[in-house]
Amino acid sequence: MANPTPRVRVPANAKKGEIIEIKTLISHEMESGQRKDSAGKLIPRQIINKFTANFNGKMVFEADWFTSISANPYQSFFFKAEESGEFDFAWKDDNGSTYAAKAKLTVG
Amino acid sequence: MISRREFLQASAAACALYAGTSLHAPLGRVAAQQRLSQSDILKFDPLGSLTILHVTDIHAQLVPLYFREPSINLGVGEVKGLPPHLTEAEFLAHFKLAAGTADAYALTSADYIALAKNYGKMGGMDRVATLIKAIRAERGEKNVLLLDGGDTWQGSWTSLQTKGQDMVDVQSALKIDAMTSHWEFTYGEERVKEIVEKAPFAFLAQNVRDNEWKEEVFKPRAMYERGGAKIAVIGQAFPRTPISNPAWMIPKWEFGLREEEMQEQVNAARAEGADVVVVLSHNGFDVDRKMAGRVKGIDVLLTAHTHDAMPGVIQVGQTIVIASGSHGKFLSRLDLDVKDKKVAGFRYKLMPVFSDAIAPDAEMAALVDKIRAPYAKELARELGRTDSLLYRRGNFNGTFDDLICAAMLQERDAEISLSPGFRWGGTLTPGEAITFEALANATAMTYPACYRNEMTGAQLKAILEDVADNIFHPDPYFQGGGDMVRVGGMGYAIDVSKPVNSRISNMTELKTGKPIDANRKYVVAGWAAVGKGTEGPPIWSVVEKYIASKKVISLQPNTSVQVSGA
Amino acid sequence: MHPATGASRRHVLATGGLAALSAVLAPRLAIADEKAVNEELKKLFGDKKAEAGKVKIDVPQIAENGLVVPVGIDVESPMTAEDYVKAVHIFADGNPLPQVVSYRFSPACGKASAATRMRLAQTQNVVCVAEMSNGKLYSAKAEVKVTIGGCGG
Repeated sequence: MANPTPRVRVPANAKKGEIIEIKTLISHEMESGQRKDSAGKLIPRQIINKFTANFNGKMVFEADWFTSISANPYQSFFFKAEESGEFDFAWKDDNGSTYAAKAKLTVG
Repeated sequence: MISRREFLQASAAACALYAGTSLHAPLGRVAAQQRLSQSDILKFDPLGSLTILHVTDIHAQLVPLYFREPSINLGVGEVKGLPPHLTEAEFLAHFKLAAGTADAYALTSADYIALAKNYGKMGGMDRVATLIKAIRAERGEKNVLLLDGGDTWQGSWTSLQTKGQDMVDVQSALKIDAMTSHWEFTYGEERVKEIVEKAPFAFLAQNVRDNEWKEEVFKPRAMYERGGAKIAVIGQAFPRTPISNPAWMIPKWEFGLREEEMQEQVNAARAEGADVVVVLSHNGFDVDRKMAGRVKGIDVLLTAHTHDAMPGVIQVGQTIVIASGSHGKFLSRLDLDVKDKKVAGFRYKLMPVFSDAIAPDAEMAALVDKIRAPYAKELARELGRTDSLLYRRGNFNGTFDDLICAAMLQERDAEISLSPGFRWGGTLTPGEAITFEALANATAMTYPACYRNEMTGAQLKAILEDVADNIFHPDPYFQGGGDMVRVGGMGYAIDVSKPVNSRISNMTELKTGKPIDANRKYVVAGWAAVGKGTEGPPIWSVVEKYIASKKVISLQPNTSVQVSGA
Repeated sequence: MHPATGASRRHVLATGGLAALSAVLAPRLAIADEKAVNEELKKLFGDKKAEAGKVKIDVPQIAENGLVVPVGIDVESPMTAEDYVKAVHIFADGNPLPQVVSYRFSPACGKASAATRMRLAQTQNVVCVAEMSNGKLYSAKAEVKVTIGGCGG
C-alpha cells in the first residue's frame, strides 16, 4: 500500500460566529478483512479506524470508522468559528500508524 | 400475450392533475382529416412579452423521420391512468383529439401506418429552424428564450462519428440559450468538458458533483433577461446516468436527484431577483411531476427523458410542467405574462414539426447537408427491406427490438438475447428499405459491443426483476426511465403491481417450451453492457449481417410477454 | 457486495457480460440484518429506546456505485454547551458487519452534521441513532437501492 496521504479543505478565513464546513480525504485501501485473494485466502483487515479533529488543542469532532467505510475515506463536518487558531487532524491506522495534517484558520 | 384490449381497460381515463390549459382549440378540430400548413402549425395568439421555446431528446436526428409513439405506456402507483400513461383512444379522448387527425398521428400510435402515409415524416433540424426563426421574428429576438432538454448529441451515425460535434454545430446555429444532459455523458468526461468550454450556450446541471470534494462540475443555473423579465434557468441532468450508462466513462462525477440542492437553487435564483424560475430537467416525466410537487417556487418545469409529448400542460400546484416529445417531432412554445415579478398568465402550444408542411430553413439545410456529406454514401446504403412496421417504443417490446433480438440469436448463436429498452431510434413503415442510417438511428452509441456470455436462469430472472423495478417502482424517485429489457428466445409473465423480485414468473424457453431452469447456464447475447471491457462486435454489424441473410424482414406479432397488474 | 465484488466483478468482465450483475448476484457472505443492528444498539444503550424525529439521513435513493455510497446525517440541535448532540451512530443492516461509523460531536461544531462514503453490499436500510447531551435518543431509517443498472432510455 502506498503511504496514505491526507488532504483537507478548510477555509482560510471566517467571520466570528460563522459555521464553516471542513472536508477531509485520505488515500487508503480500507481493506475490510472480508475479501479473498485469487488463491481464496482471506485478505487481513487493515483500515483507518479513527479520525479526530482538534482546534487549538481541544476536541471538535471524532469518527470511529468500521469496515463498511469506502476506500480513500472522505469525512466532512462543521465548525463554529469563534477565534483564530489551528486545526490538528489525525487518522489512526489498524497497523498502529498515525497520519496527520494541520490547517490554520483566521477569524475576524 | 400483450393484448391491446387489456391495456385499454387498464388505463382509467380521468386525470385530476391535468388542467386543460391550452387556450387553443386542438388542432384536430380545425383541421380534421387535413394536412396542416406551416401557418396552422405556427398559429398562436401571443400573450405577454416573454416566449420560452423547448426542444428535447432530439437524439441527433438531423433529417425528418417516422417516429411512432407507444401503444403501451403503463403508469403504476399514484400515476396509474394519468398522462402521459395514456395511449391511443384514451390519449385522444383525454386531450379531446379526433382520430385520424394530424394531432392523432403526431401524438399516438393509433392507425399509424395509414396515417404515416397521409401525414409523412416529422422533424428535421431545418424545419425546426424555420419555426424558431418565425417565432423569433414575431416576438423579437430579445423576448425569446430557447432551451434544449438534452439527449441531443447521441442517436445517429453522424453524431457518433463526430462525437456530438454535428449537433453542437446545429445547436449553435439555432442559437439555443442553454441545455442540460444525459446521453451526452456517454462521450466521456473529457469530450463533454471540451465541448462545454467552447460552446456558445450554457450547459447547466445542478446535480453533477465531482466525487472527491462534492463540488459542482457544471454551472447549476443561469440568469437571462428576456421580454423585460429576469428568468433563472436551473439545469437538472439525468440523475441516474452512472447507473443507466457506463459509469467508467465519467469516473470522477456523481449524480443523483439532489432535491434539496434544487430547492436551494430555486431560493438562490429568487434571491438574485429572478421573476421567473425555469427548471430545464432530464429527470423523466413521473420524477419531474413528483419533484414539482415537492420543490417550492418553480414556475415552469420543462421535462424530458421519457420522450412523452403532451398537447397541454400539467399543473402541479403553481408549477407548469411541459413535455415536448422527442426526435425533433415537436417544438414547445410557452408565452408568459410576467407582472409584478410574477407569472400572471400563460399560453402554451405543442407545435408538431410536419416536415411536408414546413419549408426548410435554407441555412440550416445547408449545414445539415455539410455535416452529412462525408457519410452520405454509408448512410444511404441499403441493407434489406422490411415488410413489417419497425418501431421502438412500448413498455415490453418494439418490433425494431424484436429484429435486434432475432439478429443476436442467429448471428451470435445464442439461446437467449437481451436488448435494452431504449426509447430512441426511428420507425420504418412496411415496404421501406432498411438503410444503414435507419439501423444506426436505433443502435449508434459509444458502447455497442454485442457480448456472448453464459448466464444462469437465476441471473436472467435477477436482470428482469431489476429492470422491471426501475420502470414499475411505485415511487417515481426510484424509477430510471426507459422501458423493459427486450428478450429474444425467452418468454415471461410480469405483474407490474407487485414489489421488487416478485414481478416476473413463467420464464420459458421459447424454442422448447420448457421452463427456464434457475441453475442451468444459458448462452446469452446482448449489447450496451455498462461494464468496462465488454467484448464483441458492434451491434450494428450483427444486425446488418442478419438483415443481409434475410433480405426482407417479416416479423410475427410478439406474444412472449404476458402482462398483468396494470 | 464489497467483499465479493472484487473477484466476481472481474469474472463477469472477463466473460464480457453485464458487469454490474455482480452487485446483485455476488455470492453472499453472512450478512447482518435488523436483529444485528438492534444487538449493536443494545450494547451501546441497553434497553433505552430511540424516538423518531430530529435526525435526517441523506443517502441516494439508488446507489450509483455500491462501493462508494455517500451518506450524510443532520441532527436538529442548538449545539450549545447545555444542549448538544453527543454522538451519532450509523448502521447498514445488510452489510457483513452492521456498523458503518460512530461520530462524537462537540458544541464547537456549531451544527451536528457530517458526511462520509460507505460500501453497501445490496439493497438495504441505513439506520442512524443520535445520542443527545441529555441522554435522549433519536433515530431515522432510509432505504438505499443497489441495482444492476444499464438499459436506460
